[in-house]
Amino acid sequence: MRSFLLDALRKGKATIAPPSPGADALEEVARALGERARQKLGRSLAIREVDAGSCNGCELEIHAVNNPVYDVERFGLKFVASPRHADVLLVTGPVTWNMREALLRTYNAVPEPKWVVALGDCATNCGVFAGSPAIVGPLADILPVDLHVPGCPPAPLEIVKALLALMETQA
Amino acid sequence: MSAVALALADLVDDRTASPDGYVRLAVGADTWMALAEGCAAGHHDLGALWADDGRMCLALSAPSPGIRAIVSLETEGGRYPSVAARHLPALRLERAARDLYGLQPIGLPDTRPWLDHGRWPGRQSEARYEFLPVEGEGLHQIPVGPVHAGIIEPGHFRFTANGETVVRLEQRLGYVHKGVESLMAGAEIGQAARIIGRISGDSTVAYAWAFARAVEAALQWAPPPRALLLRGIMAELERLAHHINDVGAICNDASVLTIYARCTLQREDVLAVANACFGHRLMMDCVVPGGVAADLTPEGVGRIRGLMQRLEDTRAEVLRVYDSMPSLQDRTVTTGFVSCELARQYAAGGFVGRASGRAFDARKDFAYAPYDRVDFDLKVRQAGDVDARLMVRLDEIAESLRILSQLLGRLTPGAIRSDRPVTATVTGEGAALIEAFRGDVFVSVRFEADGRLARVHARDASWFQWPLLEAAIEGNIVADFPLCNKSFNCSYSGHDL
Repeated sequence: MRSFLLDALRKGKATIAPPSPGADALEEVARALGERARQKLGRSLAIREVDAGSCNGCELEIHAVNNPVYDVERFGLKFVASPRHADVLLVTGPVTWNMREALLRTYNAVPEPKWVVALGDCATNCGVFAGSPAIVGPLADILPVDLHVPGCPPAPLEIVKALLALMETQA
Repeated sequence: MSAVALALADLVDDRTASPDGYVRLAVGADTWMALAEGCAAGHHDLGALWADDGRMCLALSAPSPGIRAIVSLETEGGRYPSVAARHLPALRLERAARDLYGLQPIGLPDTRPWLDHGRWPGRQSEARYEFLPVEGEGLHQIPVGPVHAGIIEPGHFRFTANGETVVRLEQRLGYVHKGVESLMAGAEIGQAARIIGRISGDSTVAYAWAFARAVEAALQWAPPPRALLLRGIMAELERLAHHINDVGAICNDASVLTIYARCTLQREDVLAVANACFGHRLMMDCVVPGGVAADLTPEGVGRIRGLMQRLEDTRAEVLRVYDSMPSLQDRTVTTGFVSCELARQYAAGGFVGRASGRAFDARKDFAYAPYDRVDFDLKVRQAGDVDARLMVRLDEIAESLRILSQLLGRLTPGAIRSDRPVTATVTGEGAALIEAFRGDVFVSVRFEADGRLARVHARDASWFQWPLLEAAIEGNIVADFPLCNKSFNCSYSGHDL
């Protein structure tokens, strides 16, 4: 165990410098939030992730934003276990019919004010799964979406930039 | 209705296999049942079961004589004798095939729906699902999911516990069913390749490779030698990223965050190198029919060699720290036990099988290029617990590094992709078995006369691992479920299709 600590001291910090919020994301969030942007949550957001039909690629990259390189917790962004503790619902995947009810129930369990982020191409436009009869549709057909993060899957840095934009705009 | 067990070796006899290594046979109901009995008797392994145009198909293999076959049975008005009635590992496969294609297995021991949750438009199926009855004094149930506490895929776990001890786990899956097979039916090759690379994003290279090999076999399409080496390099990078990450994640579930942090850093290192070398962190769409879509520069080779050294250092250090922590091993040793017999019965692939004595690896037993000319060891353990699965993965990291070193050394300049042969017959069938990080992925394709895909079937290793997780948790405490689950790390999306 000491070796890990010594190694960390020797090599220095793995965490990268904070990126600036994504310009596209800032614009979309500002448009979506409007007056709601004045509401006070402090500089902290609790995020509940829901896989509504993803291939698990997006989940891999969401995991990555929590690793020491991207370390989103330093920005006040924290992934929480219960939707009742969440400010943001972060949804991946094209919404499947089999997950639709669980997604709606999770959304309803998040207290107001709340924001919905569609992460990845599938949540945005169903991606390669568009047209399948097992799919309800893109997330915006089911829930009010405040921010889209494109990519298949979006790289961790893009996810961080988008989440920072969400926080900047409503702080 | 019992039939005498028939061994695949006796049926196949001296028939020649197709270029993809599979002998294809149409059989009658009697032979079908006898082959199912043969699975139960341990003569051969059940590899896949799927419906294709009113027929049922079975992929069977017997690794010791090295035989693989795809047998098909014409159904009678959509009815056929259930394989699961004789060999239980086929149960979920038959329930899924019935839900998706309407073919009725006669004698199916469990007739509840599986992927059909009663939500699909235009279907008159029941949304209510009856879990198996549990009776006994002092028992209580804990329903978990489909939305879980962590950042993971959705599925439902119904625990029945006596105090802290789990007496039964029943899984209910299918939440992320996206209808991928229906999307691929009638698709062009390129479109289907993009879909198959997203059946389970964590195994995108393995799926894309399995699909490419199946298509190439069907169309007599030969990828250039350099492409085969690059596919191997990508597949080993994918394996390394998951192995090192999951070792850390298992330790995280036992609250040892330092190992986890170190492992996630190492995983990030692998993905960053993959991105620098091939232009995508997960290497999605990099393996394509005919070859690969991204070449490796000499700088890229240098990056991978540097990564290999760092990975070896991390592996050695993680192993040393893991070995020095009795409180961590207290959580992993004897936890989540899977017997060798169960692993054999279910033909469990990957580290789940290899940690329970099943010495099978598609890279060895049905070796495909470039692994047919690579020297590496098959790492097998017998203990069958969380510790054994973790140790097999640490062992395999070392083997993957050996493989990478050989593949990089054999790279010579050349083309990375060949064109689809114009003279090829377009009515072919092809199948392939590729070793993904979690186990063997099977893909079978059949082409229409117009060159489109008529049918694509993909079977994830998880199909034969999920049921073993139900067995592994029995008698363990509820708090050890995350450890057990992580030590399996089955795919939901790969299973739900």
